[in-house]
Amino acid sequence: MRIAIIQFGGTNCDRDVLHVLKNVMNVDAELVWFKDKNLDCFDGAVIPGGFSYGDYLRAGAIAARTPIMDSVRKMVSEGKPVIGICNGFQVLTESGLLDGALATNSYPKFLCKWTHLRVDNTDTPFTSRFEKGDVIQIPIAHKEGNFYADQSAISDLNKNNQVVFRYVDEDGTADDESNPNGSKENIAGIINSSRNVIGLMPHPERASEKVLGSDDGLKIFQSMVDYIQTLQ
Amino acid sequence: MLPENDLKIITEEMGRKPNLVEQGCFLNLWSEHCSYRSSAPLLKTFTSTGERVVIGPGDDAAIIQFDDEWVLALGMESHNHPSYVDPYNGAATGLGGIVRDILSMGARPIALMDPLYFGPLNNSKNLYLFEHIIEGIAGYGNCIGVPVVRGEAFFDDSYSGNPLVNVVCIGLARKEYLITAKAEKAANKLVLMGATTGRDGLGGASFASRDLSEEAESEERPSIQIGDPFTEKLLIEATLEGIDKGYVKSCRDLGAAGIVGASSEMASKGNLGAYMYLDNVMLRESGMKPFEILIAESQERILLEVEPENVDYMLDVAEKYELSASVIGELKNDQKYTAEFDDEIVADMPVKLLTEGCPTFERPSTPPSSQNIGAKPEFPYDLKTTVIDVVSSYNTTSKNWIYSQYDHEVQIRTAVKPGDDSGVLRISGNRGLVVSCGCNPRHTLLDPYKGGRGTVFENAMNLAVKGGKAIAMVDCLNFGNPEKSDIYWQFKQAILGLGDCARELSIPVVGGNVSLYNESEERGTAIAPTPSIGLIGITDDVAQVPTSYFVNEGETIILVGKTHDELGGSEYYNRIGYRIHGNTPDVPDNAESILDGVRKAVISSKVSSAHDVSQGGLVVALCEMCDKIGAEVNLNSVGAGLRTDEILFSESHARAIISTSEPVYVRQMLADIPHAIIGSTGGQLLDITHDDQEIVLTLDEISNARSSLKRLMTE
Repeated sequence: MRIAIIQFGGTNCDRDVLHVLKNVMNVDAELVWFKDKNLDCFDGAVIPGGFSYGDYLRAGAIAARTPIMDSVRKMVSEGKPVIGICNGFQVLTESGLLDGALATNSYPKFLCKWTHLRVDNTDTPFTSRFEKGDVIQIPIAHKEGNFYADQSAISDLNKNNQVVFRYVDEDGTADDESNPNGSKENIAGIINSSRNVIGLMPHPERASEKVLGSDDGLKIFQSMVDYIQTLQ
Repeated sequence: MLPENDLKIITEEMGRKPNLVEQGCFLNLWSEHCSYRSSAPLLKTFTSTGERVVIGPGDDAAIIQFDDEWVLALGMESHNHPSYVDPYNGAATGLGGIVRDILSMGARPIALMDPLYFGPLNNSKNLYLFEHIIEGIAGYGNCIGVPVVRGEAFFDDSYSGNPLVNVVCIGLARKEYLITAKAEKAANKLVLMGATTGRDGLGGASFASRDLSEEAESEERPSIQIGDPFTEKLLIEATLEGIDKGYVKSCRDLGAAGIVGASSEMASKGNLGAYMYLDNVMLRESGMKPFEILIAESQERILLEVEPENVDYMLDVAEKYELSASVIGELKNDQKYTAEFDDEIVADMPVKLLTEGCPTFERPSTPPSSQNIGAKPEFPYDLKTTVIDVVSSYNTTSKNWIYSQYDHEVQIRTAVKPGDDSGVLRISGNRGLVVSCGCNPRHTLLDPYKGGRGTVFENAMNLAVKGGKAIAMVDCLNFGNPEKSDIYWQFKQAILGLGDCARELSIPVVGGNVSLYNESEERGTAIAPTPSIGLIGITDDVAQVPTSYFVNEGETIILVGKTHDELGGSEYYNRIGYRIHGNTPDVPDNAESILDGVRKAVISSKVSSAHDVSQGGLVVALCEMCDKIGAEVNLNSVGAGLRTDEILFSESHARAIISTSEPVYVRQMLADIPHAIIGSTGGQLLDITHDDQEIVLTLDEISNARSSLKRLMTE
């Protein structure tokens, strides 16, 4: 099993994800520069956080239009799991692989903060190791993380069980107080309808070792690896 | 204009009058900013050697041994003047500059600290500078993916019209990949990589060596560089890749004095010369004159020495990252600095004269006439109100509005987050770094020697409460106009204070920066003397670090150290208008044993929380610790003979508060140093008694006072 970690110019969480996959989980993972267009030999991909193209134009907009995204689309069509974290989530919405958009935070400044998330769907390749309703701790760090979609799209996401993570308080309640960025219905992460592409604003790789404050995020990567094993 | 005396020296040495291009080069390289002309003799008094020091002062950054495998790069910079003129870009490019200093040693930048000094937030100009300086640091640091893990924000009248932006950067490298700025061999090529060169930042080095006038805001705009963090991030990766592959022989960041600064210093350090092809410099605007090309301070550029056979490979690396790169010069054996443009020799100077020829000297210094410590204030009419006033002061309150804008988690090393005594970074396994920064300008204003000593000690205590032992220090000396003898006296005394305390604690001073002429014409003021430092230490176990707030009920609270009548320069005295009254806190004689005692207790794993006592005094420290759990405290055994307000607000050094469930064991470890049990943890109140006084604060009242800055900025 091999997992690709895709690097655009300005990606800055690539080496952090590599550390977690390789050193913490002992999984074969590799950094792939966006000019290398072939992803056929990989079984899954991570689009990590950072500032691809400096967030110029719009966060994720330029990266979403690079040729490597065609290879990512091919992976997706083959049913392989793809996870986009923070800027990676922005790239996935900009490329149309996920619904909605990430607008500027309601308080329009960058916000780095530990948040509580509720796992609302455990029937995905990325959350099988959780129990439904689990409250986990993972930090966010973004200026454009305010998830937006129009009301009918939000209804569809809810109806199809595509909302995977919501921002909550430590008791699991999703309200305005526990919403760090103004996201619609406290949405922190969603999955596509064929359930192999997930995007989330919080950074699970930053919560994968206890010494950093939490290892709740590790289960996301572990679930993904479990899923790849079932495919093989 | 080159000072007359400088022109005379240069003319004598060169045997002819330098032409205008050459004069421009000398003007910038011989500026205070580049040549430390009136500070060098004083800086030599620092002890800069130690068993862990691999490279001391003089290169882009210092190199410190971490373990057998890893070395640390350490540097500190200021970007004060530009941040007044354009707060966002001034702060951003200041950060970018120190990051490239670390990078040019072959180290990956892994952490930043930002000691910042602002005018009071009671007018729109200061608020504007504050908000945009923070945003500039966040915008640049977040994008390049280097976490700000510790900082300081200090507010004082003297920074109105002259805010200070200091930045410490720490890098990490495998020992075998170290690179210096010392050029290795004649015939090797000089490759300029990164952004293109434009007119931005023309003459920044000489700009920074003058006072700030209000017109500076409009007139000096061409001196301000615009930051492009995306290019910086690419430059970091491309440079490290070039070094990793062995293409880079030596390297220097382009900062002050641009191309001529970097190239002449590399050649000079290697006892070589350089021949520059200015036509090969990739420009972003047309019609640039050779002088402008030489000294422009366009950001995000780096100069690499590459062997001729590796030039194409290095250019390929640059292309991978979509960076401009070209060969702009060649090293020579002749120790001359020659520049060619449009088939003409436009400059031809002895390289050592340019880089080392600047005369350095001490200036006259006069101490102030003897100071009266003044009368004591009356006892507060309502002590609780006074306590809340000091706790909610922007100097002592929580700075989370600032650091929540910084991505302090990226690179997944940050074990202890900002807002604590020190940042703690995981480096290798559970071994890590403990880092702190800042100074107390008000103590230093009253007594620069004591303020200097206190600065080092206070930061060392920040490390000790996290179990860290200091291994190296850098400084950023921000002062007013050194041509005034009272300012030069402050400068000299503060340096002596820093140096003496560092020696007492066996901490080598491995590098730093001097920022003079911090005076505001707009306000007619000089800044309070601000000898800010960055201190790094090591710990064997980043997972075994006590919190800075109480976490368990029913624990014994111990105060380490003695509380004296030392309220001079305190937050309390400043709040009530006693700015220059009182005794300045002094570091006690047994300072090192107190640090050792605290550190031993902390690493014994019998201590669940530990916190340094500093600005605002004991009561502010206690409020900070009562974040989730309250405490009952009696101070009758503290500060014999002092009034209650003096005990609460004294800023005596060498104090820390510890909580433990095993007081007998911990007290044995503290047997040789002064300490006292002052209470126990528990409940939802902070209840402090002393003689017939009692102050009771609810945790909500404390939390409310501690969120004053966030409230100001968000409501």
